[in-house]
Amino acid sequence: MKNSFKSFLACLSAAILLGGAPAAFAAGGPVALDPVPSQKLSDKTAMQNGAKTFMAYCLGCHGLSAMRYSRLADIGMTEEQIKSVMPPGMKPGDYIRTSLNRNDAKEWFGAAPPDLSVTARSRSSHSGTGTDWIYTFLRTYVEDSSRPTGWNNKTFVGVGMPHILWEAQKTKSPAEFDSMVGDLAAFLNYVSEPAQFKRKTVGVVVLIFLAIFFVLAWRLNKAYWKNIK
Amino acid sequence: MASEKNITTTGLLGWIDTRFPLTKLYKEHLSEYYAPKNFNFWYFFGSLSMVVLALQIITGIFLTMHYKPDASLNAAGVPVAFASVEYIMREVPFGWLIRYMHSTGASAFFIVVYLHMWRGLIYGSYRTPRELIWIFGCAIFLCLMAEAFFGYLLPWGQMSYWGAQVIVNLFAAVPLIGPDLSVWIRGDFVVGDATLNRFFAFHVIAIPLVLVGLVAAHITALHEVGSNNPDGVEIKKQKNADGIPLDGIPFHPYYSIHDILGIAGFLLIFCAVMFFAPELGGYFLEFNNFIPADPLVTPPHIAPVWYFTPFYSMLRAVTDLFTWVMVASAAVGAIAVLRSRWPLLIKAGGVIALVVLALTFRVFDAKFWGVVIMGGAVVILFFLPWLDYSPVKSIRYRPMWHKVLYMVFLVNFFILGYLGVLPPSPFGQVYSLVGTVFYFAFFALMPIWSRIGDFKPVPERVTFKPH
Repeated sequence: MKNSFKSFLACLSAAILLGGAPAAFAAGGPVALDPVPSQKLSDKTAMQNGAKTFMAYCLGCHGLSAMRYSRLADIGMTEEQIKSVMPPGMKPGDYIRTSLNRNDAKEWFGAAPPDLSVTARSRSSHSGTGTDWIYTFLRTYVEDSSRPTGWNNKTFVGVGMPHILWEAQKTKSPAEFDSMVGDLAAFLNYVSEPAQFKRKTVGVVVLIFLAIFFVLAWRLNKAYWKNIK
Repeated sequence: MASEKNITTTGLLGWIDTRFPLTKLYKEHLSEYYAPKNFNFWYFFGSLSMVVLALQIITGIFLTMHYKPDASLNAAGVPVAFASVEYIMREVPFGWLIRYMHSTGASAFFIVVYLHMWRGLIYGSYRTPRELIWIFGCAIFLCLMAEAFFGYLLPWGQMSYWGAQVIVNLFAAVPLIGPDLSVWIRGDFVVGDATLNRFFAFHVIAIPLVLVGLVAAHITALHEVGSNNPDGVEIKKQKNADGIPLDGIPFHPYYSIHDILGIAGFLLIFCAVMFFAPELGGYFLEFNNFIPADPLVTPPHIAPVWYFTPFYSMLRAVTDLFTWVMVASAAVGAIAVLRSRWPLLIKAGGVIALVVLALTFRVFDAKFWGVVIMGGAVVILFFLPWLDYSPVKSIRYRPMWHKVLYMVFLVNFFILGYLGVLPPSPFGQVYSLVGTVFYFAFFALMPIWSRIGDFKPVPERVTFKPH
C-alpha cells in the first residue's frame, strides 16, 4: 500500500515537473497587473466609497444587474445612505441597472458597455485576479488623438470607453487617485460574489467540524479493525 | 411462494421479510458480503464515487428549482440562463453553497473516478471473472463525460457556449452525414436556445437515469463475483468450514466504518477547495465562463475543463501528419497478419481490410479521424479484459519494467492533460502526437508485452498486516 502510494506521488511530481516545461513557452502576456491593496478587499468603508464612486461615474453606462440596491446593506450602508446613492425613481428592491439604451450605446461606442456584475471574476487570469485587472485598467489610460474618444488604455488597447475618471485623476494626488480606484475595485470585487465573506466564515466552521469528525472516524475504525488479524 | 421461504425474523421485520427480501438483501450486500481484508488507500474511491454521485444528484435537484434554461436576453442584456445562475449565487438562501458543491463536485467526480479506474488498471480488477464490472464501469465513465459535457453548457458563459460549439462542430466532420448530424444535435444552425434546452434535458434526466442504472449493474456484478484486492488473489479459493473466505471480512461493519473514514478525509479536501478556492485557479470554474455567452465573439483560446484535456490533446494531435502515422500502423498490422499462421483466406481478408482502412485514413478529413481517435481512447478501455495476457493480475507481482511502463502511461496521460489546457504550440503538437501513439500502443500491444518478463510468484493468501 505504502509503495503504490509513494510511487503514485513520485509520478505525480514528475508529471508536474515535465508538464511545467511547455508552460514556459506559453508564458508572456499583456501589461503586468498591479495588485489591488489587499486590505481594501475586506474593508467595508473602502467598499462603500467604491459604491458611491460607481453610482456617480459608472452607472450611467454600466449596470450591476445581478445586484439589488438593498444588498448594499451587506457592506454596512444604512437605508438612508443607500437611498442617497440611488438614481431618482428607483426602489431599494430594484436591480442596479443602467438607464443607457443598449442599442444607442452600440451606435456610440461600437459595443454596448458590459454589465459589471461578475467582471471582477471574469477578468481573472494567471497574471492576477479580475480585481487587480480593474485596478490596473482604470489607472493606465493614456491620451491618444487617433482614437475617437481621445483615450486609449495600456491594459486594454483599443478600448471603447473614454477615461471617465480623468477629472478625478487631474485634481487628486496620485496616491488619492489610486486609493479611489482601489475602493472601486474592492466594491466590484464584493459585487462579483457577495457570498465570499460568508463562504469563508462558514468554511472555517465546516472544516473544524470535519477535522473532529475525521479523528472520531479514525478512532472508530481503529477500534473495529483491532480484531482483524 | 412466501410459505416456501424460511423466514427466521419476527415482528415488523418478519412481516416485511415475507413480502420483500429486506434481511436477505442486507446480508447479501452488507453484513455477509465478504470483502478481502487487505484493501488499501486505492479502495476508497469506489465508495467515494457513490458519495459524489449522490451529492451531484441532490445538489442538482435544488439547482433546477431556480435555474432557467433560457438563452434569451433579460432587460439588462444578460442571457436569462446566465443571470439565473447569478440569482442562485446571490438571492437563493445558501444557493452559493449548493452551486459550489455542484461545480466542485463535477471536478471531484472525475478525480475519484480517474483514481478508481487507475486502481482497477494496476491491480487487474478487470480480469476474469470481473470483465462485466469493468465494462459497466467504462460505460459509467462514458456517461459521466456526456453528463459533464451537457452540464457545462448550462451556465451559458463564453466557455460553455464555445466549448459546445467546438465539440458539436466535430460531428460535422463525419463523412456524408456530418453537417446534417451537427444541425440535428444542436437543433439549430448555431448553438442556441434549442441546444440549451435539449442539453438541459439530457443533463438532468436522460443521462442521470442511465448513470444510476449502470451504477446498480456495476455493483450487482461486483457483489456477484466478489471484490478483487491489491494482491489479485481470489479469496474465494480459500474458505473455512462454513464456506466463508479465510481472507474475507464482512463489508459491514469493517468496510462501512472504513469508508466513513475515507469520506471524512475526502470531505476535508473537498470542503477546503469549495469554501476557499471554488474556482481553483480557473481549473474548476474557468474565468472566461463568467462572461455571458456571445455568439458573435469567439474567445481567443477555447479550453475544455481539465478532466477532458487528455482526450482533447489527442483530438488536436490528429493532423494530416498523424493520418500518415495511422497508415503506417495499418501497414504494420497488415505485415503482422501476413506473417501470422492463420488460414490463407483469413489472411487475405485481413490484409485487404487493413489496406482499405489505410486508404480511408487519407481519404476522409483528418478532423474526422481526430474525433475517432478521441472516442477510441475511451472505447479501447472496454476491451482491456481481453488485451491483458499477464499471468498475474496485480502489478505487485509483475516485472519491474511493467511497473515502469504503467508509470510512464500515467505520466503521459498527465502531460496530455496539461497540454490540453494550453493553447496549441509546436512543442505541444509534437508531444501530443507521440503521447497519443503511446496511449494507443500501450493497449494495442498489450497482448504481446503483458506476457513478457519475470513474474513473481503470487501467494495463496492475501498479504495483510494487522493495524
